[in-house]
Amino acid sequence: ACSKTSRQLTEATAAFNYNTHINACHKLKQVSNKRRNSLKVLLQHDSPASSTLRSTSYVVFRFQMKVKVLSRNPDDYVRETKLDIQRVPRNYDPSLHPFEVSREYTRALNATKLERVFAKPFLASLDGHRDGVNCLAKHTQSLSTLLSGSCDGELKVWDLTKRECVRTLQAHEGFIRGVVVRYCGTSFFTVGDDKTIKQWTMETPGYGEEEEPLNTILGKTVFTGLDHHQNKSVFATCGQQVDIWDEQRSSPIRSFSWGVDSFSSIRFNPVETDLLGSCASDRSIILYDMRESTPLKKVVMTMRSNTLCWNPMEAFHFTCANEDYNLYTYDMRFLEKPIKVHMDHVSAVLDVDYSPTGQEFVSASFDKTIRIFPKNDGHSREVYHTKRMQHVICVKWSSDSKYILSGSDEMNIRLWKANAAEKLGVLSHREREAANYSQKLKEKFQHHPQIRRIARHRHLPKIFSFYRFGFSSTKPGSVPVLSEKEKHVVSVVK
Amino acid sequence: MKSKATFTDSHVEKKIKVKRPSVRYWNEPQKEDKSRDGENTGEAAVQQDRRAKKRKQKDETSAEKKLFSEKSDPFPGSAPIPKDRLQKFKRKDKITKPPRHYRKLKQVITRSEEASDLALKQAARFDLLLPEDAGFLEGDEDEDTCTISQEDIAEAVDITSGAKYFNLKLTQFGPYRVDYSKTGRQLLLGGRRGHLACFDWQTKQLMCEINVMESISDVKWLHTDSMFAVAQKQWLYVYDSNGIELHCIRKFNDVLRMQFLPYHFLLATASATSFLQYLDVSTGKEVAAICTKTGRLDVMCQNPHNAIIHLGHSNGTVTLWSPNQKEALVKMLCHQGGVRSVAVDKMGNYMVTSGMDKKLKVFDIRALKPLTSYFLPAGASCLSLSQRGLLSAATGDVVQVYRDVWSTPVTKPYMAHRVRGSVWGLQFCPFEDVLGVGHGEGFTSMLVPGAGEPNFDGLDANPYRSAKQRQEWEVKALLEKIQPELISLDPTDLGRVDRATFEQRHQEKVQSLGFDPHAKEKFVPKFKKKGRSSAGAVERRKKQVAHVDQRDVIRKSVEDKVKMEEQQKRKEAKKAALSRRKSALDRFKK
Repeated sequence: ACSKTSRQLTEATAAFNYNTHINACHKLKQVSNKRRNSLKVLLQHDSPASSTLRSTSYVVFRFQMKVKVLSRNPDDYVRETKLDIQRVPRNYDPSLHPFEVSREYTRALNATKLERVFAKPFLASLDGHRDGVNCLAKHTQSLSTLLSGSCDGELKVWDLTKRECVRTLQAHEGFIRGVVVRYCGTSFFTVGDDKTIKQWTMETPGYGEEEEPLNTILGKTVFTGLDHHQNKSVFATCGQQVDIWDEQRSSPIRSFSWGVDSFSSIRFNPVETDLLGSCASDRSIILYDMRESTPLKKVVMTMRSNTLCWNPMEAFHFTCANEDYNLYTYDMRFLEKPIKVHMDHVSAVLDVDYSPTGQEFVSASFDKTIRIFPKNDGHSREVYHTKRMQHVICVKWSSDSKYILSGSDEMNIRLWKANAAEKLGVLSHREREAANYSQKLKEKFQHHPQIRRIARHRHLPKIFSFYRFGFSSTKPGSVPVLSEKEKHVVSVVK
Repeated sequence: MKSKATFTDSHVEKKIKVKRPSVRYWNEPQKEDKSRDGENTGEAAVQQDRRAKKRKQKDETSAEKKLFSEKSDPFPGSAPIPKDRLQKFKRKDKITKPPRHYRKLKQVITRSEEASDLALKQAARFDLLLPEDAGFLEGDEDEDTCTISQEDIAEAVDITSGAKYFNLKLTQFGPYRVDYSKTGRQLLLGGRRGHLACFDWQTKQLMCEINVMESISDVKWLHTDSMFAVAQKQWLYVYDSNGIELHCIRKFNDVLRMQFLPYHFLLATASATSFLQYLDVSTGKEVAAICTKTGRLDVMCQNPHNAIIHLGHSNGTVTLWSPNQKEALVKMLCHQGGVRSVAVDKMGNYMVTSGMDKKLKVFDIRALKPLTSYFLPAGASCLSLSQRGLLSAATGDVVQVYRDVWSTPVTKPYMAHRVRGSVWGLQFCPFEDVLGVGHGEGFTSMLVPGAGEPNFDGLDANPYRSAKQRQEWEVKALLEKIQPELISLDPTDLGRVDRATFEQRHQEKVQSLGFDPHAKEKFVPKFKKKGRSSAGAVERRKKQVAHVDQRDVIRKSVEDKVKMEEQQKRKEAKKAALSRRKSALDRFKK
């Protein structure tokens, strides 16, 4: 029965096939679908329709057979018009995709190579300062604004999109030690070697008007650092002691000192906003709570820390840039041992700043390089240097986490990409998908020796290889082994 | 809670004019309820209104909860996926979880497992949407499918499929070798006496036809349908689809059989001088030349799963080769007398061989063990396996097709067809239910229902691809060409941890550092105040930790022991089952 009907059907389809040459294609599709459905019905064993047919058809046919041969309708697999996109039917059956691992490995290898090819991190150099750039400040509200203070007391405001200076003012006599923008973004503070704190408005004065600070506070001693509270009108300075200032008053509302003669930097915690951290010249890092009258605790290390930066995502964690070429990430609850020691610089580390994601930070060093470290990795993932860049004094990670700004001794501010091989600008959907896919592949195969070798390869000045492989003068075993984490902490005082 | 709700109800009733919700099929039981209650229809309407408001909220909450129509969801949660379908897409067993203190590692592992689990499920679900079903052939109750003739099948099926059964009568230059391109669209014929033709066999459009005026021993498509290699009397030649000679490769002489490894872009050739040579067709360089020292090599096939070349020899052995090793990876004695043909299935699990001893044998190629052996009265000269595991064997001028040769003992062929002249070449067309047979009198295209994979992957091999798609595919394929060094017996080796190298490096590190950086840290008790850190208390705490560690060790050893015992028991049970069979000597036992 089946064969008869299927034969009839084939005749029918033959007729239809003939017709399709004349008719529109959608008709064929309908017919073929119909045929497929009817075949399916016929193939069921005990359908009543076929059983009635059976008695009549027995005479005609020698045997009954059920047969189906693969027969695809090309219309299901080819695009209808040239304006459509191509059809790509998928089948994820692993047997159709042999050598999965090897192919993925090859893709990962290619992606890694391409990443190195496209790694062009340097975007722009902002020149205009007449002395070394001593401090940088991000604008809290606008991504494109940057403030920089130089060693001759000049402060410049930059427009990063146009890459030009929009405003210059002589803020202090001597060094500008610190710049910070108020959280509202309407004004900013500077401290300098002339023992003054000045508040300036963000707006450029009109034509013919002179640059005048909104407010000037005369201090007793030199200020070396400055930071503003996240959401209160309170700021902190450091010099011979740590002072907490109310913006409305001309004297500090609180002063902390702990037998230390000078501090090099002070930072407010961006999450627990009343906490402060400071680096002192007696090799200690001191933590404060603004609400209390005495400091919380301090950790003394073997060498002095230059600056510290709090992790904006993890309230208890901070990283300090040390003179002993390393950076240390601490948990402020457990200062006995740093969480991680970040090694790779070959000279004193001068500045550090976290990415707003809290996953990575950038460090500036006296060795004329800046390095990017993942927060829980002991070694840097990236190093940036140029022929002309001298000792990098200050560094900032932009608030959109895409760029890095560095100010260095030779009077320039440099703009870098945070991911060297990243494509800037708007990405199409497919581009982004491809980038994500290759990123995942690189992660998956990152430990394969070939891929790791390529991914880690950097051109560095010769001096680095000299620094890195020094010879130890001690006999193995003569000095007790101390882990790197324990080595650099002298004591914790509460 | 309830009282609160009623309060809001009255409030709503007063303020807003109640709008009756539109009738939905799921509201029907509600209506019956209403008619039963009779009086308080207003309240019910309000209730319905409220429910309609909460509809979204309820939908978002768990599916186990009752729906607003008081009906419970008959299919709560996501649709179940059949286990066998999940099994089809499974790549690896789950990783054993690391010990507690590796917190970061644990996180990484759980996250990656979650991702792979999701991918697995999605792939398995997608399987349901595949458009085509595989073909089949079923005879009457007491009728063999092998007696059904090709003409009957061609008559019964639709006209386009029927047209796929055809004969080409080429009596002058036969016998013919056959090769289908990777997408299954193009067919290449090479006659023993120099006739060479390639055409789109579905539209029967001829692309080129030449006579090379030399004997041809084998033909093979290269990675695209625009190039093919021909092993001629002396050298190896590469032609394009217009029949223009592109290369004459003099390094490859007296080639008898060829195999193309599509993902490695390697053309492997076996020659009469017992050389196995690999040609990289993307760079044109010879990758490896191996002297097998086993005489004339005229039996060859590749394992599509791991790109290992199988060679059959006249002494009955089959050897496995990779380009990275000068020696054979494996030598198997398969037949008494010479090996006539070898074929390996798509997943690389089974190898089928036929020999001069008229036997057809199936081997598990992963365990290197024989599975089954069949006796064919005429012996099989050519073997070919289809994508769905059908085996075609040519015995003289009869082509037989077998089904399930490795899982069940087969007594009868699935299909059979007699061609004119002895069969010289045999290949299943990929993604079609078609078997191409090259023989002394030309070429026959047979219909074998159920041979081809019904659903192709458009990014891998697309029979319907346009010129643009082909170009794009070619660039991508060349970019991800696998290096010949990666060919090994297990293609997933690359995804495993290289423990040997790791251990070696670790030892070196320990030596250079003077201590083991990965060693477990010694437990140092915390200093506690209020006199709790007396010497005795500290010792006690230390002991406690030590005990816990010891307990872990003991627990592990006990578990191992239990496992071993279970294995032993199972073994003994098996032995006992074997020995329970009665032997003639049992009668003397008490």
